[in-house]
Amino acid sequence: MTATAESEVGKARLRKEDARLITGQTRWTDNLQLTGMLHMAVLRSPVAHARITNVDVSRATAMPGVALVLTGEDFAAEQGSLPCAWPITEDMKSPAAPAIAVDQVNFAGEAVAVVIADSAYHAADALEAIDVDYEDLPVVLDMEEALRDNDLVHPDLGTNKCATWVFDSAEAGSGTNVEDEIAAAEVVLERTFKQQRLIPAFMEPRSVVVDVTAGMYTVWSATQIPHILRWMLSAVTGISEHKLRVIAPDVGGGFGGKLQVTPEELLCLLIARRMGRPVKWTESRTESMLSAHHGRDQIQKITMAARRDGTVTGLKVELLADMGAYLRLVTPGVPILGAFMFNSIYKFAGYRFVCTNVFTNKVPTDAYRGAGRPEATFAIERMMDELAVELGMEPMKLREMNWIKHEEFPFTTVAGLTYDSGNYEAATARAMELFGYDELREEQARRRAGGDVVQLGIGISTYTEMCGLAPSRVLGALRYGAGGWETASIRMLPTGKVEVITGTSPHGQGHETVWSQIVADRLGVPFEDVEVLHGDTATSHKGMDSYGSRSLAVGGTALVHAADKVLAKAKTLAAHMMECDEADVEFASGSFSVRGTSTARTLGDVVLAAHVAHDLPEGMEPGMDADATFDPDNFSYPHGTHLCATEVDTETGLVKISRYVAVDDVGTVVNPLIVDGQVHGGLAQGIAQALYEEATHDEMGTLTTATFADYLVPSAADLPAFLTDRTTTPATSNPLGAKGVGEAGTIASTPAVVNAVLDAVRHLGVRDIDMPMSPERVWTALQGREDTGAGEVAAGGLGSIDAQGGQA
Amino acid sequence: MHISVNVDGVTYADEVEPRLLLVHYLRERLSKTGTVVGCDTGNCGACTVHLDGHSVKSCQMLAVQANGHDVTTVEGLARDGKLHPVQEAFHSNHALQCGFCTPGMIMQAIDLLADEPDPDDETVRKGLEGNLCRCTGYQNIVRAVQDAAQRMKPGAGPDQERHSDEHITAKQPVGGE
Repeated sequence: MTATAESEVGKARLRKEDARLITGQTRWTDNLQLTGMLHMAVLRSPVAHARITNVDVSRATAMPGVALVLTGEDFAAEQGSLPCAWPITEDMKSPAAPAIAVDQVNFAGEAVAVVIADSAYHAADALEAIDVDYEDLPVVLDMEEALRDNDLVHPDLGTNKCATWVFDSAEAGSGTNVEDEIAAAEVVLERTFKQQRLIPAFMEPRSVVVDVTAGMYTVWSATQIPHILRWMLSAVTGISEHKLRVIAPDVGGGFGGKLQVTPEELLCLLIARRMGRPVKWTESRTESMLSAHHGRDQIQKITMAARRDGTVTGLKVELLADMGAYLRLVTPGVPILGAFMFNSIYKFAGYRFVCTNVFTNKVPTDAYRGAGRPEATFAIERMMDELAVELGMEPMKLREMNWIKHEEFPFTTVAGLTYDSGNYEAATARAMELFGYDELREEQARRRAGGDVVQLGIGISTYTEMCGLAPSRVLGALRYGAGGWETASIRMLPTGKVEVITGTSPHGQGHETVWSQIVADRLGVPFEDVEVLHGDTATSHKGMDSYGSRSLAVGGTALVHAADKVLAKAKTLAAHMMECDEADVEFASGSFSVRGTSTARTLGDVVLAAHVAHDLPEGMEPGMDADATFDPDNFSYPHGTHLCATEVDTETGLVKISRYVAVDDVGTVVNPLIVDGQVHGGLAQGIAQALYEEATHDEMGTLTTATFADYLVPSAADLPAFLTDRTTTPATSNPLGAKGVGEAGTIASTPAVVNAVLDAVRHLGVRDIDMPMSPERVWTALQGREDTGAGEVAAGGLGSIDAQGGQA
Repeated sequence: MHISVNVDGVTYADEVEPRLLLVHYLRERLSKTGTVVGCDTGNCGACTVHLDGHSVKSCQMLAVQANGHDVTTVEGLARDGKLHPVQEAFHSNHALQCGFCTPGMIMQAIDLLADEPDPDDETVRKGLEGNLCRCTGYQNIVRAVQDAAQRMKPGAGPDQERHSDEHITAKQPVGGE
């Protein structure tokens, strides 16, 4: 329903957020300066696994400006354990996760002491004067080696195996037994892929400020999850939840990397409580890379069964997933988010997924853009290409013969999910047309025939994903500790202006703009008359925050429901004001009228009448505010077809993306400008996994990619221009028809690029190249060497590290 | 050490520690928090400001090195309530999402356009190589810079942005790559 003259939904509105961001009038957490504020600096372990035998802080304590130096011993009695909200199995091993190490460090970068001083410079100075004695323990880095349990990350757990999680379509009743499919198959392919470890690398380093006054704690944090953070900080510290206020002011990106309850948030809170003064901590980039959670890091063994005609029949997935040293907020659940997605858009009869989560002496992993679903999409799209090669089939034709046809929706998959809507044929047709698929295949054939130095490859990714997290009942069944609903409130102010309060917590997505569009569209008020309040638990007391491409599909829907409640009440009052039957009242363009007459009241008139409450219908409460909470009954399933053309220089191994087409179906689009932007950024991160980024460690467990000189976040010069378009099948699971777009580009793009590179060089005898496909790795593969794994050729940069965070 | 620095048109005189980074001087002492710190190795460019009209990475420079110079930050670009054309173009082309890299990106783009008034796609991409953005995939940033080139008339920027290269024998940015 559109109440405005011109529909706001679908309009490429320029963003409200920009005004402060382009002028520097921003509110980053690190901008805050409070009277009497102290600064925390963190001493981090330079070793990956060791007992702490002694910490001498005496020199540091005497340094200028230092108020206090604290070690793990000082916090041992009060710090508790950082929360893991997703115990995926009953018998999952879960080590105690102290915010600061007490007697043992388990990854390089773990906090071992903190300095609290009058300035950040003084605090950093004093770190150098802390002496810590470590007694080295054996370092566990390789997942397969870890599972032999020769050396243990956490000796008290007795094993490095955290948990094993299984989905089997025969047991679930959603399909056949995959072993039967494999036994009966005409073709069986087995491949192993490595999902390298990535670093989210949000641009704003994390920052925390805690203020305490009269038993009331205010926590500012560069977080994606102010509501969850408040709940968890209360649970860990015992500070009553109503005495905690969490504020996420302007937050500079997250990508899952700020979906966390961090050691430093807890430490700042404990120190502020101890000292009765405000405390700030802002990390350096190197600290961020050493201690903020990483993403991906899986070894995927995939077995695919098929018939010779190309029909796929069975899929078996055996994963090893690296947890790192501790289980952070949703660490063990990340691979499980991929469990339902390996079968993707294809109709497999039998499916089995087994994931083994493993502890190592590395930075904990957790959510990073896509969280589990990029890994799944990569594996299946790589396998479809492998099968096409095996059978000598055209890779798009092979996909088409196996995917769910548009007339088959809603479709219940072998993983037990019901895809509500989609049209893979339409997205693919549009993508192939924009790409010039046939022409590029001809060009490729010419270059192959001519033996050109620069070969051309074409990569396909026909992906889907599950997002709009999430139906609370499903989360409960998966043993997740919270729900997946979202909430919204609308305050109708007496002058007709509107305040919207949302439980989502934007950090770049543009909710202030899009939520304004939704409300303007629904209520017929001007876009400019809507103000969106978010990210402060004092104004927005309830919410599940932003991640998992959920904000529009779930939070936007809550907003639609709240607006509908406003309109329902306003209609009753309008009928009362116009002395007519409510059934005769119509609402259009922000005005109520009596059908067939010229009698009308604007929404503003009605809101004012509700506010002054001089003459309300019997029993009606004054005011025109409304709250709504929406719990979806299904996930949403964006999909699309991405096509990538790469030029591979066979003499240097350099890969250049010469064309990238993304046609996505993200359901109904509220703001196409913002959707395009989300796709662009998602593509960049997925392409970065394929070509540039990898967190690497040396044999001692030291992160060798702890700066932006070493961890290769792509620059403008490293990326191509993208050609994007959309097809639309609205989601049926929410009234907006929105499916979500935050993660789609990242999920789709990695296999498109990798498939393209391999397609360019497969005829030269190359079978696989590990990601990131650096020139060195591609070149090495072209020399005919079988092993192109990370052990042989590191993809990182200079290998420098400053374990103390490189603060000034 | 005593320094005197003109920042966004105002002259400040201060005692600073020799080791104080320019970006910390701007943020902590002058409350110019529009300029931000994104890394500590000069790679991300989020801290980019102009020193005498040329972009520098203010995390790679000491405050004392700015003594006697003019510094322009993103906060000093708008004049009489009117945004700089590059700011306008970033808004109009949705060239920012979280906005953390934006101040540095805008300052670098202005510097680039001073050298290349009508840059093609590749020139923009190479010119912004020292500024990282994690949100946009750069597509709309490139568009915005090219759009800004069209919007910019000679002398559209503030005074300290106007310069002729005759005064500069060799362009040597301090810090950065």
